[in-house]
Amino acid sequence: MSIGRIAAFAGLAILIALPAITPPYFLHLLIQILLWAFIYTAWALMGRFGFVSFGHGAFMGVGAYVPALLWSYYGLTPWIGIPLGVGLSALLALIIAYPCFRLKVVGHYFALVTLALSQVVLLSLTAARDITGGSLGFTPKAAGHSWYALQFPEKSYFYAISLLLWLIGLYVWRRVDRGISREALEAISEDEDAAAAVGINVLREKLHVTIISASLTALGGAIYGQYFMYLNPDTVSGIAVSLQIVFAVIAGGIYSLLGPTVGSLLTLSLTEGLRVWFGTNFIGAANTIYGILLILCIIFMPRGIVGTLQGMKVWRRTGPKAVPAE
Amino acid sequence: MDIYLLEAIINGILLGGVLALLALGLNLIFGVIDVVWIAYADIVMCGMYVIYFLYSEYGVPLPIACLIAIASMAALGLVIHLLIIAPVLNSPPINQLLATGGLLFFLQSFATLLFGTDFRNIGVRLPILEVAGIYISFSRLLAFAVGLIGAVMLFLFLKRTYIGTAIRAIAQDRDIIGLMGVDQRRIYLVTSAIGGALAGLAACLLALQYDVHPFIGNTFGPVIFMICVLGGLGNMIGGFIASFIISQIIAIGGYYSNTELSYVLAFTFFIVLMFVRPRGIFAR
Repeated sequence: MSIGRIAAFAGLAILIALPAITPPYFLHLLIQILLWAFIYTAWALMGRFGFVSFGHGAFMGVGAYVPALLWSYYGLTPWIGIPLGVGLSALLALIIAYPCFRLKVVGHYFALVTLALSQVVLLSLTAARDITGGSLGFTPKAAGHSWYALQFPEKSYFYAISLLLWLIGLYVWRRVDRGISREALEAISEDEDAAAAVGINVLREKLHVTIISASLTALGGAIYGQYFMYLNPDTVSGIAVSLQIVFAVIAGGIYSLLGPTVGSLLTLSLTEGLRVWFGTNFIGAANTIYGILLILCIIFMPRGIVGTLQGMKVWRRTGPKAVPAE
Repeated sequence: MDIYLLEAIINGILLGGVLALLALGLNLIFGVIDVVWIAYADIVMCGMYVIYFLYSEYGVPLPIACLIAIASMAALGLVIHLLIIAPVLNSPPINQLLATGGLLFFLQSFATLLFGTDFRNIGVRLPILEVAGIYISFSRLLAFAVGLIGAVMLFLFLKRTYIGTAIRAIAQDRDIIGLMGVDQRRIYLVTSAIGGALAGLAACLLALQYDVHPFIGNTFGPVIFMICVLGGLGNMIGGFIASFIISQIIAIGGYYSNTELSYVLAFTFFIVLMFVRPRGIFAR
């Protein structure tokens, strides 16, 4: 058993034991970190191959709102509602991604098309204010402690759920990283035509990873909604969320397994720390520093914190991919 | 024809003037430097704050406040280029996009930190004109006229001056231009300053119509990108025409339903058009 594996198990054991010893406030933070880390990991699945999507706010929004609305208006259990929301997101991803990939809408153009998608979802949610409450937000019908409604006032339940989700996210990332798809996708991200010429089914590989990424993001959004019991178009959808996802991943490290998680840990602790430190007098302070850090990260550490640290260990042969194609 | 619909169409055309100005600035920068300034609309926000504070708080006459805003936004454009764009010029395009995205975060939250989230209005009420039963706000008409004049001036500058010619040349072929004895870095600086100044000019026009708050950039930003992409990134004439197409969709859509849905319509139109003409409507 390698040192890395032992460390991983030890870390996992600590994570499992945490709810017993941490006060509720920290548990609340941990749940958020894990949930966002899951969503960030989902985004990085496609982001690392150069398909930079600004549309993940849309997938998260759909994933969060569909089960919440179905439960509140029709009493449909989230056990069905969540798969429906995830399915709808996957369908949305397919509708957007298929023509994009087919017509080689790449780079800036892909980023901006997906940006338009997240605006469409954000504005539709806001416009349907009779149903969704618009920008005032939406509070799903409370059911107390209920497995049927997937609502638990105790934080430890959601801690377990988000821990599980996060592990699933890492597992999927690992599967893609270790699988044949990774080679194919890396080839595609470097030269699509050349990749097609050596027999890679470019369209299928790209769609595959996009739909996985969108579905996981929607799942993360759904659990986010179940946990917070409050949805607002601006906090679960739209350009702000999409940018938040992209940046946290870039800061943490887009090419590494734990990069998105570190991004989530870093950004949330920064936001919370500054919030506690400055109080509410300086509402913009956290994001101001955050913005500066992001710019610095992109200029000086384009591979993120984890990527840079791994890059320092030059003796490791099985490191992540070198600096992206320039 | 329904008079209100006509009014909506006219307002759409007037809105198109301001959007065209913003699209021009963004297209100029993209065409020359090959970087998309995601934070472009937030530079406009900064300009609006400059006008608000100079005019409302310090009593500087409005035209002078506007000139100062334009000049300071030109300076901001320079600073942005030197501090953020220059270091990432040779990075992958997506990193450049993200660097200016970081700027967006920074500008919005710094404005929140400094000024809070209050909506502020400079409180200038320009008259509303009535022409044959149609009401046209004078501030919008002014915005449209100034937007057009700005566009024409930019066009003349690019066509008639030496540095304008150099700017157009660099947009056509980045590698050869150095051999022609043009200093690329200087052109980049001039372009960034012009881009900033255009954002400042747009700020003057928008400050007359809208309240300024830290997130006002989010209202215009996505629409401007959409316009630029629709016209073909870097294609200034395409962007100019696309501004009027999009502003009509927003105006007429707003007439039949509500504002949000009209934007949904515009964005959907954009997505669909991207599939029909992936390089913009006017791509050759």
